[in-house]
Amino acid sequence: MSQENETPAVEAVLGQNTPEITNTIQYLSFVLGKEEYGVDILRVQEIRSWEPVSRVPNVPPYEKGVVNLRGAIVPIIDLRERFSLSKVEYTPLTVVVVLQTGSGSHTRIMGVVVDSVSDVISVDKAEIQGAPDFGTKVSNEFINGLVSVSERMVMLLDVDKLLTLESFEQNEN
Amino acid sequence: MSIDMSQFHQVFFEECFEGLEAMESGLLSLDIGDIDSEVINTIFRAAHSIKGGSGTFGFTVVAEYTHIMETLLDEMRDGRRQVTKPAVDVLLGSVDCLREMLTSIQNEEDVNMSSVAKHQAALEIELNGKASGGDHAPAATHAAAPAPVAVHEEPEPEEEEIEEEQGWKIAFCPYLSLLKTGNDPVRLFRELSALGTLTSNVNIQDVPPFAELDPEECNISWELKLVTDATEAAVREIFSWVEEDCALELAPLAKPKKAKKPKAAPAPVVEAAPVPVVEAAPAPAAAKKAAPTESDPSKNAPKASSSIRVDTDKIDTLINMVGEVVITQSMLGLIGENFTMDKVGQLKRGLAQLERHTRDLQQSVMNIRMLPISFVFSRFPRLVHDISTKLNKKITLKLVGENTEVDKAVVELINDPLVHLIRNSLDHGIEMPAERLAAGKPEMGTIELKAYHRGGHIVIEIVDDGRGMDKSKLLAKAIEKGLVDESTIMSDKQILELIFMPGFSTAEQLTDISGRGVGMDVVRRNIQSLGGNIDIISELGKGSTIAIHLPLTLAILDGQSVAVGDETYIVPLVSIIESINITEKMLNKVAGKGETFKLRNEYLPIIRMREIFNVKSGAATKSNEGVIVVVEGQGALCGFLVDELLGQQQVVIKSLEANYRRVEGVSGATILGDGSVALILDVPGLVRLSVR
Repeated sequence: MSQENETPAVEAVLGQNTPEITNTIQYLSFVLGKEEYGVDILRVQEIRSWEPVSRVPNVPPYEKGVVNLRGAIVPIIDLRERFSLSKVEYTPLTVVVVLQTGSGSHTRIMGVVVDSVSDVISVDKAEIQGAPDFGTKVSNEFINGLVSVSERMVMLLDVDKLLTLESFEQNEN
Repeated sequence: MSIDMSQFHQVFFEECFEGLEAMESGLLSLDIGDIDSEVINTIFRAAHSIKGGSGTFGFTVVAEYTHIMETLLDEMRDGRRQVTKPAVDVLLGSVDCLREMLTSIQNEEDVNMSSVAKHQAALEIELNGKASGGDHAPAATHAAAPAPVAVHEEPEPEEEEIEEEQGWKIAFCPYLSLLKTGNDPVRLFRELSALGTLTSNVNIQDVPPFAELDPEECNISWELKLVTDATEAAVREIFSWVEEDCALELAPLAKPKKAKKPKAAPAPVVEAAPVPVVEAAPAPAAAKKAAPTESDPSKNAPKASSSIRVDTDKIDTLINMVGEVVITQSMLGLIGENFTMDKVGQLKRGLAQLERHTRDLQQSVMNIRMLPISFVFSRFPRLVHDISTKLNKKITLKLVGENTEVDKAVVELINDPLVHLIRNSLDHGIEMPAERLAAGKPEMGTIELKAYHRGGHIVIEIVDDGRGMDKSKLLAKAIEKGLVDESTIMSDKQILELIFMPGFSTAEQLTDISGRGVGMDVVRRNIQSLGGNIDIISELGKGSTIAIHLPLTLAILDGQSVAVGDETYIVPLVSIIESINITEKMLNKVAGKGETFKLRNEYLPIIRMREIFNVKSGAATKSNEGVIVVVEGQGALCGFLVDELLGQQQVVIKSLEANYRRVEGVSGATILGDGSVALILDVPGLVRLSVR
């Protein structure tokens, strides 16, 4: 679903002449506390500022609630809480990144709350390193790989896995 | 000029299915022994239009089949043939067979020929007393053969082709100016022959005498036969350059056609129009390549999109409404342009008008989706006829209020539950004729299917005058199955509700019609998923009434907004019985945990919304403050304790599952006037949730 599948297709279309395009993927990077994460920029629909949500009862605490995004009901997920990082107060600078998951007719739109959006980074596929075992804190099932950008480490997230929460799965079964 | 026939297919199928329904209801209303000739005429007309239509569209299988039906009906109409019960049954079978055929064709599947042949044989036996191997086929083909307008047939000796061919019969009549536009028919033919085997037939009767001949004018026309599996679109594409300059007719070669011998005829053509045609005829005819198998995109395409027939009246109303809205909008625009405080009154009036128009507009748009419930009801006479024959019962079905209109989505979803309920009435409700006579009832049992509007709802009632439900038997059965405790005291209503429990069946024996104990719970679930509810009234020996209440539309709901802490929830107005202010002495603790309150003579359980939804925001209300909204869910009354009632409004239902997931106790969401999201409560779900 994610870039592993997309890139060969892109290569096939563009042929051999443009290797610099085919081997680079652009990521939107954002900050959670002191950590920097990246998501495939093609999955980002828009970036909004935090606005109050309507709470949904009896769901895990990291599912903050739902908002009205131009007529669609869109859930908002707090990534800090999802990754068991310390909570912070939402400020006017808190950002919601609206992401698209799934493909074809099963796309879903969700918002994730992050501290701030930092940059768009172009990453050479060869530079992506496999994700090491992080132990318990951040489960590495969401992490596609690591990349270092000007001495900073950016964790690349797999959007589909990130937003296919266990509770969703259970519900669909 | 060229007409793409496929654009009419949808309409054709709709008309056919309507025709079939008319035939079916006609056949069912036929009273053997006292035949109403008008009914026979109606059936005949329906069969005739199906035959004509299917011929025009090239569905020869259907046309042939209908032809035999038509012959049979024609004889009945003229009184040359007795209308007998077996004949009617054979005709009913044929209606089913035709419906099957048409459905296959509509979905672009292969027609199940063996079943068609079986029915056809039955029809022919009825017609001739013996099966005649397709005597009628040629006649039918002839009657149904598409008649392309532009074909000029030459009196030529005809040669019959035997094998079934797939392809297109193309009548290509260029206008005189074709050659002047730089188009060369030869090129077209070459392209065509790449699609399959092309045979051409040149028509030179319009060619003027040599002296008057203008070599730049195209006086000839062609009749082409292309054996190919290419689609019509693919063939048309080849002609796309000359579309403007010719008359083009395409007809499928679905059946062995009386095709002419491929005729090259170069000799007369040469003198007629020397420039292009010399090689035209022979070249493609010679190019007998194997047809390249072009993948057919239409095959994978989703089947016919669902369409809806709308009264023009409804559309007119809609247009009027839109006009009103536009006027109001421009009026408001004018006020807004240089607004001063003294125009506030005017503004308010404008806004009020806008509100009224918007509501009317919404109503008219909803109206477009409304279909008469007869779309569902019309199939029940057949069902009742078939099943009562099978069970040897005498039953009439009365339909009341078939023209009651209901949302298309409801129409589509209500069918299965209704079939189930009617089957139940037929099987369990109505007694055998002897039993009925012994009970002093007329031999003929009656099932009444009623539909009517009440409030914002449609009510569908199934009333039978059968044996009714034996409450003591129901209770005994439920205790035996361990579904209820022996010591439980149940109201009559609660006992009747038992039949909705999963796995509950009192039928002594299983039949293939009903009695497996699955079903009623599914029926109720389906109806609840439509936002409706189902009630039973039954009296032993007198009959039962099952009433289904459904919302008129699934897109909009009347809701009561309630406040719980800082949060707003919507309770569907349908499920609200009443709302009352709570007072201390109404509350009773049960076993220190559950709470009940006394409403008149009943003790009802209380669900504290604050607790069940874990609401922490807002000033905590004291345990004895707030409003109790008495709701009905799962057939039981229950009180929701909320902080405050906010107001009633119509809300547009939005799916929570589209981007999120199902949440227990919540059936959907809606967007409030301020743009925020409010959740719509799933009342039966909440009642379940609170029991846990």
